[in-house]
Amino acid sequence: MSISQSPHPVPRTALRDSPWLRFGLQRLTGLLVSFVLLVTVTFVIIPLIPGDPAAAIAGPEASGAEIARIRGELGLDQPLHVQFFDYVGGLLTLDLGTSFASGQDVSAMILARLPFTGQLALFAILLTLIVSVPVGMLVAVLTHGGRRPWLDHVFNAVTSLVYSVPQYVMATLLVSVFAVGFRIFPAAGAETLLSLVLPTLALMLLPICVVSRVVRRETTVVLDQDYIRTARGWRIGRVRMFGRYVLPNVITTTLTLSGLILASQLGGAVVIETVFAWPGLGQGIVDAFLARDYPVIRGTILVLGLLATLIIIVVDVILAIVDPRTVEADHD
Amino acid sequence: MTKLARRGLWTPSMAGGLLLGLGLLVAAILAPVLLAEPAEQLTDAAGQPPSAEHWLGTDNLGRDNLARALVATRLTLLMTAGATAIAVVGGIVVGVGVWLSGPRVRKVGLRLLETAVAYPSLIFALVIAAILRPGVVSSVVAIGVAGIPSFARLTANLAAKISTTDYVTTARLLGVSPRAVALRHVLPNMAEPLLILATTVFSLSLVELSALSFIGLGVQSPDYDFGLLLNESLTQIYTQPTSVLGPSVMIVLTGVAVMLLGDALAARANPRQGRRAVRNPAGPPVVEIPDGDTALVRVEDLRVRVPGGAELVKGVSLTIEPGEVVGLVGESGSGKSLTAMSVAGLPPAELEVRADVLRVDDLNMLGHPDRGRLGREISIIYQDPGTTFNPSLRMGVQLTEVLRTHLGVGRGRANKLIADALAQVNISEPERRLRQHPHKLSGGMRQRGMIATTLVTTPKLIVADEPTTALDVTVQHEVLRQFRRIHREQGAAMLFISHDLGVVQELCDRILVMRHGEIVEQLTPGQLREGDVHHPYTQALMDAVLVVDTSPVRQEFS
Repeated sequence: MSISQSPHPVPRTALRDSPWLRFGLQRLTGLLVSFVLLVTVTFVIIPLIPGDPAAAIAGPEASGAEIARIRGELGLDQPLHVQFFDYVGGLLTLDLGTSFASGQDVSAMILARLPFTGQLALFAILLTLIVSVPVGMLVAVLTHGGRRPWLDHVFNAVTSLVYSVPQYVMATLLVSVFAVGFRIFPAAGAETLLSLVLPTLALMLLPICVVSRVVRRETTVVLDQDYIRTARGWRIGRVRMFGRYVLPNVITTTLTLSGLILASQLGGAVVIETVFAWPGLGQGIVDAFLARDYPVIRGTILVLGLLATLIIIVVDVILAIVDPRTVEADHD
Repeated sequence: MTKLARRGLWTPSMAGGLLLGLGLLVAAILAPVLLAEPAEQLTDAAGQPPSAEHWLGTDNLGRDNLARALVATRLTLLMTAGATAIAVVGGIVVGVGVWLSGPRVRKVGLRLLETAVAYPSLIFALVIAAILRPGVVSSVVAIGVAGIPSFARLTANLAAKISTTDYVTTARLLGVSPRAVALRHVLPNMAEPLLILATTVFSLSLVELSALSFIGLGVQSPDYDFGLLLNESLTQIYTQPTSVLGPSVMIVLTGVAVMLLGDALAARANPRQGRRAVRNPAGPPVVEIPDGDTALVRVEDLRVRVPGGAELVKGVSLTIEPGEVVGLVGESGSGKSLTAMSVAGLPPAELEVRADVLRVDDLNMLGHPDRGRLGREISIIYQDPGTTFNPSLRMGVQLTEVLRTHLGVGRGRANKLIADALAQVNISEPERRLRQHPHKLSGGMRQRGMIATTLVTTPKLIVADEPTTALDVTVQHEVLRQFRRIHREQGAAMLFISHDLGVVQELCDRILVMRHGEIVEQLTPGQLREGDVHHPYTQALMDAVLVVDTSPVRQEFS
């Protein structure tokens, strides 16, 4: 999409005026700013620990030698700026330090866990979209203009009720019903494909309610637009009408929201993983917290933050491609 | 009827929310006093299943599960209230601060807030949990601070919206300082929407605080909240599956209570309009035209009404001969657009449409005629070209829709045909226009594009609903010229709606004057030109034309 990839030299003025270039530069700046902030925030975690960070990390029963070892390992005896440059230098070589608990390389630990969390979050968001876009549109069409008030009530009641059940409560309930009660699905682990069912369900039910409500509301708004009347005036068929004239206008908001939800699914996954002993980043960071394993905590928070940043940027770019007006609107 | 009911506050969801909320408050206040012993006393009756004595069984230290769930209400609610307070107060301070600051700071601030909002708040909470020792206070701080960005952004958005209202602009013009504007005008007007948002923050805080405790990073034993109870019950889920019920139900109930209250407040702030679609009885798709009836369009005793309410069109009858151009004039709300849209078969869904006869050719517009014939034989041109095109589709797709759907023309040929038609209505670079989105074209261009479609689909009837009203006077002229041209070249009949007598006089063979849903006079252009009118209303319309020659743009039925 980017103009800078064009094989032909583009006149300077055209380059400067191109909304796509501006868009690209803006997103790139945003990405950089987010990176800098994330690195800074994850860095200050340790120096900001009240009192003596090394003693706090080592725990109340630690010996003086133990505290000194941790102080040395984290470089806490160095001045702050030296610590910071060490941290950034390490990041540049993808070195996040070594785990206190296992002595393993933190980057390797995170890389091993990342695919599990990614799989869970992606699966959940894909299924969420596949279910909630058609459901939301269908309910909007069926209830448009006050038709079928019963469906309106049922839809609102069901989505509100499920919406009030946090994902981890849903997870716990699912385990007690399907794993303990009926013994259909495994309660924990990631050995078989069946193990994916309950965590994904627990993660997607709530977003399905949120997204289908938004899709429904957006569709209702679109159905009242003049251009839908125009399309009806052309007497095109229902399928084409909804697929071509309604869906693209609904999808912008849906995508924006899905990006936010996908990002928040990272948080959801962190919690859900502990229920199902799912070997992802969430389980990892909880274990690390319990063991006060600060290099792992720091590294995992950084990676989760980077993932969230990437998701936001990717959604932004997809949105710009779907709806070029967002790029041009950035002009002012 | 109570005062509350009259204000629309006493709704079922308000009642349910208050009832649940009161129940939870009672549990929060009384349970720790009355149930302290069964909730905290260790006994030998460990891991008991539900019984008359222990309704939800006991935990692995022999404590009553139900009692613990009820006692935990106090700590959970206090923590949630604390986190909500931090998020709301912090959010308002940051949000108003960002909005009050200079344009540069504001832009950067809003951008930062937007980025921060996109991050899962659990990540913020983890950062703070990593710095502070896990416990009640650090959980409240972590979740509260994590909630600040989104509340700040909402506050800033609200402030921006309110600051463009007339009263704030007036205050500013009067020289009131920005700070005073914020305190006196903006903040009070944000109170209600912010209260509604605060209920959302409350339920989010509840969910996240419980999540922190649930994964073991929040409240630490011997304190306990819903989250920690759920965590403990998970460890005994195999031996005692009912133990998860207490904390689960309590979390959900609290969430439902807050949501109901929030919904009730929101419903009161934005009452929904009661628009209801009506199902008009459908007639046969085609009607038989009696011998000797040459009219292309025949309308007899058309009545359009709001169900159970006012009649908007009161028995209109009219005919349009093939190739005839009939003008329909009248003020806004006179029923002319409704009449035209009923003729086109597209009346607003919430109105009741009745008529003795309502046909275009042999198509019964009170029935469900064949889509293909409707699409080919009737073209509609709307008032506001700014909103009649779908913003997300290229012009080419939309302008060739009828050609491709109803005339079976392939995409390439359709594009070629429509490009030629665009050139005929004086649109430059037609091929490029077809590849553009509607917002790239001017209003006049879009309207001429719409007219161009009728050049290639050759309909029998064109219904034009104030097609020139939303355009500049100079552009109006060009568009009218194109209307005359399609009439000349196609010989299509036309129903042309306007409130501008000058426009219809130029274009129409016959002019019908409408007022209050009735046709009050029928004129020829000659009569109109010579002022040979009888009805006082027509006279008034004519006088209006003489005084001001450009009519204000008005929206009908919006």
